[in-house]
Amino acid sequence: MLPEAIEAMTAQMATVGNASSLHTSGRGARRVAEESRESVAQALGARPSEVIFTSGGTESDNLAIKGTFWARRDADPRRVRILASVVEHHAVLDCVDFLETHDGAKVTWLEVDHVGRVHPETVRAAIEADPGSVALVSVMWANNEVGTVQPVAEIAALAHEFGIPVHSDAVQAAGQVDVDFTRSGLDLLSVSGHKVGGPQGVGALLARRDATLVPLTHGGGQERQVRSGTLDVPALRGFALAMSHVAAGLEAEVGRLVALRDKLIRGAQEAGFGFQVTGDWEPGDGIRRLPGNAHLLVPGCDGDSLLYLLDAAGIECSTGSACQAGVPQPSHVLLAMGVPEQQARGALRVTLGHTSTGADVDAFLAALPAAVERAQRAQGATRTEQTR
Amino acid sequence: MRVVAAMSGGVDSAVAAARMLEAGHEVVGVHLALSQSPATLRESARGCCTIEDAGDARRVADMLGIPFYVWDMAARFRNDVVEDFIAEYSAGRTPNPCLRCNEKIKFAALLDKALALGFDAVATGHYAQIVEGASGARELHRAVDMGKDQSYVLGVLDEDQLARSFFPLGDTAKPQIREEAKALGFYVAAKPDSHDICFIPDGDTRRWLTDRLGEQPGDIVDSDGAKVGEHAGAYAFTVGQRRGLHLGEPAGGGEPRYVVEVQVATNTVVVGSAELLGIDAITGDHARWCGPAPEGVVSVGAQVRAHGEEIPATARADGERVEVRLGRRLRGVAPGQSVVLYDGTRVVGSATIATATSEAQSARASSQA
Repeated sequence: MLPEAIEAMTAQMATVGNASSLHTSGRGARRVAEESRESVAQALGARPSEVIFTSGGTESDNLAIKGTFWARRDADPRRVRILASVVEHHAVLDCVDFLETHDGAKVTWLEVDHVGRVHPETVRAAIEADPGSVALVSVMWANNEVGTVQPVAEIAALAHEFGIPVHSDAVQAAGQVDVDFTRSGLDLLSVSGHKVGGPQGVGALLARRDATLVPLTHGGGQERQVRSGTLDVPALRGFALAMSHVAAGLEAEVGRLVALRDKLIRGAQEAGFGFQVTGDWEPGDGIRRLPGNAHLLVPGCDGDSLLYLLDAAGIECSTGSACQAGVPQPSHVLLAMGVPEQQARGALRVTLGHTSTGADVDAFLAALPAAVERAQRAQGATRTEQTR
Repeated sequence: MRVVAAMSGGVDSAVAAARMLEAGHEVVGVHLALSQSPATLRESARGCCTIEDAGDARRVADMLGIPFYVWDMAARFRNDVVEDFIAEYSAGRTPNPCLRCNEKIKFAALLDKALALGFDAVATGHYAQIVEGASGARELHRAVDMGKDQSYVLGVLDEDQLARSFFPLGDTAKPQIREEAKALGFYVAAKPDSHDICFIPDGDTRRWLTDRLGEQPGDIVDSDGAKVGEHAGAYAFTVGQRRGLHLGEPAGGGEPRYVVEVQVATNTVVVGSAELLGIDAITGDHARWCGPAPEGVVSVGAQVRAHGEEIPATARADGERVEVRLGRRLRGVAPGQSVVLYDGTRVVGSATIATATSEAQSARASSQA
């Protein structure tokens, strides 16, 4: 977390006041909340009135999808179809699954190509199959595992030809690439505080003024009547500060991260284990792939063995896939990209951020060969055992 | 040493991990995911390997400040333990899946992976002791707490596996382990002991088998071959079993009847009086020695079930096979069970029971022939 954000939050926590109250301290809190709203809006190219504060990316995704689905279906009962990409984060996938299982939604999953990208033609074909039945489209701004940036502006433009609203989960993209809500043409966009150096447990849904949402929580009518509940003003302040900070330094940071990422990927390739880079990688590019995302397939070993060995060497990575009771499952993103299951189990995701340095990348590359050799031996060991 | 502490989520493995750490080892906690549906919740005090158990294990690891991983061995467990369990019952035998799990999973798949990743050993919460013998070789011994002693289910470990295993609880009584867990602040301190078979959470083995093998109706006959009842599948019966036979007529003299034999080939369950259950000669196969294999006829103690009594016996090893003569007759010994041999508190080795007969019966049978 950004030190300035910690400091601002801590100071705010010592200040009493409910932003919904009318007395002096309430007004003080309200002022901080609104300044935070303005900062977040400015950092993301939105208007303050378009910012709905939430508890984070997951709530933003749920509010966007369920809220829009219900509102659009209320207006026209034929609108029950949701179009969502197969590489979405679970906050979107499971939300859509929920509506399908419990609320009569029909789902058209949008396929991706081998780099994990949704093609606008895929979206158009899915809409044209029956335009009047579509409630909304949801395609993430950039994939959290392999870093592929999606053509969300194009998708928004074409969906609007049919009057269909488009949501994008930009949790992973905000702070890494230029996320401009107005320019994107999107109707709804989710962001999260902790991904931009702010606190956990806070985020926002950006919603155009004409976007109608059925609320998920009911009560005091805060946040445009769609997200009742007392605002967590210290968290908003920390979030807003971090958001402004990353937006201001974005251009320089993108260049720096792209250089680090390219160095890391090249170094891994040169280590000679047959590493495969997933997604859309071109050295120097910080637009088609998230600058801080390096995602590799390591042949012949389990991602979790590699994770342990690298962690023991002081390097924290992830496999980038979901767990079921702590058991790593092959990533749905890689499987959707056509990566065979066995290969998908050897995934290694390295995320570079504002604290990452060239020395970190050097340390990673130094620790990598021994870790891979050992992880490959470990897989070999369990293989032989199987035939014993 | 660098040690993997196998953490089930229970109190024993939690204290075992704490003791390894206390002894100065570098410890990493590993929870084995063995269930095909890990997201299920515990149904009762029985069973394990649920999402709650993984969470409990993780919580303890966090408190100890050690790294924690979940290793997925569900496929191996299914093939080597669960499928084996079903196949054994189908063959009319009564297996002990805990021995199989120790042999194939905990001290094989888990140990091998740990060694390959650079660890030196595996520690578990089993109640048993490893004692360094005169020659420096590590011997497996019974736990101090005989009520909790688990050396029986470890009788499948060879010298090589013992050299890389730690059982830090073997010198302590269970109540003290709970006290220790409480003192360490582990909230699993009061968690009930797991018992029975972990993959049959409700403990109803017969129904579990029927769900998988289907009903196979057949006859229940007495030892003269006369039909006395019907059953829904011979595989679900175990030698020595008395309950669940649902025999209409009582036997002559009204004495209780027991399963004395399960004949899978003809899908027949044979019942008879308790005295037909007495056996004193065992042949075993799949012998495993926890040290050098015994030579010639040796005096041992023999134990045929996890918490059964130890009977004085003699044993003679012949490669994979073992012949055991019991000093007195034992009831209800089923093929498929393991016989574990002891020399004092030391575990000599084990074998899977192929036949269990009575000397007297055999003599009678051969004289009649």
